[in-house]
Amino acid sequence: MYVAVKGGETAIRNAHALLAEARRGDPAVPEIGIDQIREQLALAVDRVMAEGSLFDRDLAALALKQARGDTIEAIFLLRALRTTLPRFGAALPVDTATMTLRRRISATFKDLPGGQLLGPTFDYTHRLLDPALATQTPAAPAPAAKATPKVSAKAASKAAGKAAPKPPMGETSTPAAPVPRVTDLLGDEKLIEPAPADTGAEPPDLTRTPLAFPADRATRLQNLARGDEGFLLALGYSTQRGYARTHPFVGEIRIGEVEVELFVEELGFAVPLGAVSVTECQMVNQFHGTAEAPPQFTRGYGLVFGQSERKAMSMALVDRAMRWEELGETLSAPAQDAEFVLSHSDNVQSTGFVEHLKLPHYVDFQAELGLVRLMRGAHAAASDALQDGDPE
Amino acid sequence: MTSAEDPVQRRKALMQVLARADQAELEAAIDRFTPLPPLREPRPAETGLVMVRGRIGGDGAPFNLGEATVTRAAVQLNDVTGVSYLLGRAPERARAAAILDALWQDPAAQPVVEEALAPVRRRLAEAAAEAAAKVEATRVNFFTMARGED
Repeated sequence: MYVAVKGGETAIRNAHALLAEARRGDPAVPEIGIDQIREQLALAVDRVMAEGSLFDRDLAALALKQARGDTIEAIFLLRALRTTLPRFGAALPVDTATMTLRRRISATFKDLPGGQLLGPTFDYTHRLLDPALATQTPAAPAPAAKATPKVSAKAASKAAGKAAPKPPMGETSTPAAPVPRVTDLLGDEKLIEPAPADTGAEPPDLTRTPLAFPADRATRLQNLARGDEGFLLALGYSTQRGYARTHPFVGEIRIGEVEVELFVEELGFAVPLGAVSVTECQMVNQFHGTAEAPPQFTRGYGLVFGQSERKAMSMALVDRAMRWEELGETLSAPAQDAEFVLSHSDNVQSTGFVEHLKLPHYVDFQAELGLVRLMRGAHAAASDALQDGDPE
Repeated sequence: MTSAEDPVQRRKALMQVLARADQAELEAAIDRFTPLPPLREPRPAETGLVMVRGRIGGDGAPFNLGEATVTRAAVQLNDVTGVSYLLGRAPERARAAAILDALWQDPAAQPVVEEALAPVRRRLAEAAAEAAAKVEATRVNFFTMARGED
């Protein structure tokens, strides 16, 4: 047990001053700006937002700078900050079908409606370090498609809220034509299970009500969405290696921006707040049928703030694995065990408990030390007694 | 009533632009109305959180994805209340957006607000079109190779 200690104020103050100096590094090197972190280390920023469970690029970039690039420390900073802000309400659920796409791929259908867009991906790179990036050479602009594609017109009118060339007064807010999800295509033929229906019930919120078991799917997904990427990646990988196999296919991954709307009582309508970027993964898993229901593919779902398909895919794998009971499978592996997964997925909780071990435990340890000395004394006395008795 | 005439839809379209405009753009739009009528601030700009939700499977029951910072403000101009809610921590932008929302509700001022925001709409549309064209250039058609097993 950790016991409070007194004193050490000067040393602690000096340690923090030293930390600030170490954070700055060599003063001869220009200081990094929040805007540089936000723009050039965007995926680190995205991860801090996802696991910090707070969408704010500037704050996440600031947290990364303050944490000297330590992701979990930065996530901790964001989580701490959010406790100081009032909650205005809950937004309407985002509609990922109307996403302004930056990337969209499917591993199940080569020619799906809407097509495949690689977007800014590391896929198909050779993973060779690029010495040009060590210099200040400006990057060549990315090529743009010449023909005005349908997607771009839709995206343009969506982002602008209205069709720009029309005169202002006559404009209408034209929502982007949705790009169908792969699961919709399979769902039309009933080849895949439908998503659980919206009953109008408020989803449980882990930031208000502590985690309890059994946890429903909405709770599990909220936990996974803010869970540690590394932990979920390892668990997802374990299902592929045979610890609760689910035979997954990436039905679809899409990355892009979705509009967030908040219903405001005083106005009586849902106010558009702007767009957040998200990554969505639809995992299509092993089929399933019973005497009553014909075979159907099953699903796992991943949705994460920012661009992080590794996390969204891992989330979808673990979501599917945890559905074992509902789908009549047997519990055989850690990834299926909701209590194990959800209790250990949060890296702020995990780091808090692991790292508290380094705080003063002097009293605790003194008690253990006394106990070990006592037992050693008793052990020595017993051996002596045994030896003394030996000749007899 | 079509969405073009629906006042709520039109106000939402305005708010969509206001939420994306930068400080200089909002101020440039307000400048057209100087001097502003007396302004009251029943709710000075305030930053808080909104819980962003997704749906299970994309189209099913909702779940909580995570929060986002939001700044809101309310102002009163000639007894008309202008309201703004926008993503991020941006008190000045929220206040300016609320002023423009109030001005826009005055039928006489509305065309001027719309006209003042036209460059913003154009910038947003151009940026979106450019981004989309670059993504479009990455559209891929994979070919399935014959495996030559015969």
